Amino acid sequence: MSAAEVTSQEYIKHHLTNLSADSQGLCSANSLNPCDGFWTVHLDTLGWSVFLGLVFITLFRSVAKKASTGVPGKLQCAVEMIVEFVDDSVKSTFHGKNPVIAPLALTIFVWVLLMNSMDWVPVDLIPRIAELFGLHYMKAVPTTDPNMTFALALGVFALIIYYSIKVKGIGGFIKELTTQPFGHWSLYPVNFILEMVTLLARPLSLALRLFGNLYAGELIFLLIATIGLFQLPVHFLWAAFHLLVIPLQAFIFMMLTILYLSLAHEDH
Amino acid sequence: MNLNMTLAGELIAFIVFVIFCMKYVWPPIIGAIEARQAVIADGLAASDRAAKDLELAQEKATAQLKDAKAQAASIVEAAKKREAQIIEEAAVKAHAEKDKILASGHAEIDTERNQAKEELRQQVAILAVAGAEKILERSIDAAAHSDILDKLVAEL
Repeated sequence: MSAAEVTSQEYIKHHLTNLSADSQGLCSANSLNPCDGFWTVHLDTLGWSVFLGLVFITLFRSVAKKASTGVPGKLQCAVEMIVEFVDDSVKSTFHGKNPVIAPLALTIFVWVLLMNSMDWVPVDLIPRIAELFGLHYMKAVPTTDPNMTFALALGVFALIIYYSIKVKGIGGFIKELTTQPFGHWSLYPVNFILEMVTLLARPLSLALRLFGNLYAGELIFLLIATIGLFQLPVHFLWAAFHLLVIPLQAFIFMMLTILYLSLAHEDH
Repeated sequence: MNLNMTLAGELIAFIVFVIFCMKYVWPPIIGAIEARQAVIADGLAASDRAAKDLELAQEKATAQLKDAKAQAASIVEAAKKREAQIIEEAAVKAHAEKDKILASGHAEIDTERNQAKEELRQQVAILAVAGAEKILERSIDAAAHSDILDKLVAEL
């Protein structure tokens, strides 16, 4: 499929479609298997995210295995810099003792950073290569898929609930949800609604912020790709701007995760 | 929005990565970092201590040097004093020696002169007697007139 034959609308739509499959095989828009059901799986999102996760794990594990107190190598220095950065962020926000939060923050930061970084890859490069292998769709930035960002946010949300109950007890957690901000018993239902909104807004905002930023970024990349020769300087500018957006979004996701979990640990 | 089974897959992947990171990645790296921090802190403390030791040693060395200089100066002074004393003593001794030698020389000269005088006297006496004998042309008994001769000798 070459860009010349399609309108820009079709081009963008094509690039924003995931490579999907369900129990009946690969999906495609014009075949008998359009698969918009719940059991569909986005193979590209899953594949790229797991691949990037493995890149993160193998890289850091290889350093962890050789980690010594002596003079560190360059790779070890780089990895330790990231680890120390995450550790500082955790320590500045979360003051309790928890063996999960720091590794969780590290995983989120590096994984999201790597997935966001796929945004820098020229928008047509990976789909064209996939085309050679007969794959009609390929969306290489996993964080532009809400499934990805919601999975991360739900994981964090589960931990928020878990630690809220573990630290405060079920009674304490319910009390926290009902007795504030208004102290009078007749306003407890109102409190509960407000607190529930606050609580549920956390994973929702986490997921939608990351998804929204990256999806919009990718969309603009695609729009730029449709304007012909002028796309080169414009594309460069937009990619340079993403030097800010990509790490910032990873950092925000990590920081908010730490913040929400430290709030879950706070007993009022 | 197109939420589907992908979410569950990603959630599982997320959990697996976090658990792996928690078990096999985070502890060794942060352990190494903290251990190295401890090593560096120890090293810095040691170097601080060494600097302080050096300062102390320098102070001590300076003090010792000062002491040594003072001692050397006092030794030199004592040596000078002793030198002067020795010279003085030697001079005194030499003086005494000189006096002694002079005195003994004078004494010798005196005895010799006395001896010569005595001899001269006696010879003058003999000469006088001989002269008198000649004058008187007569033998004068030297023994009989020895009292006169002695008187004469004593007058010489």
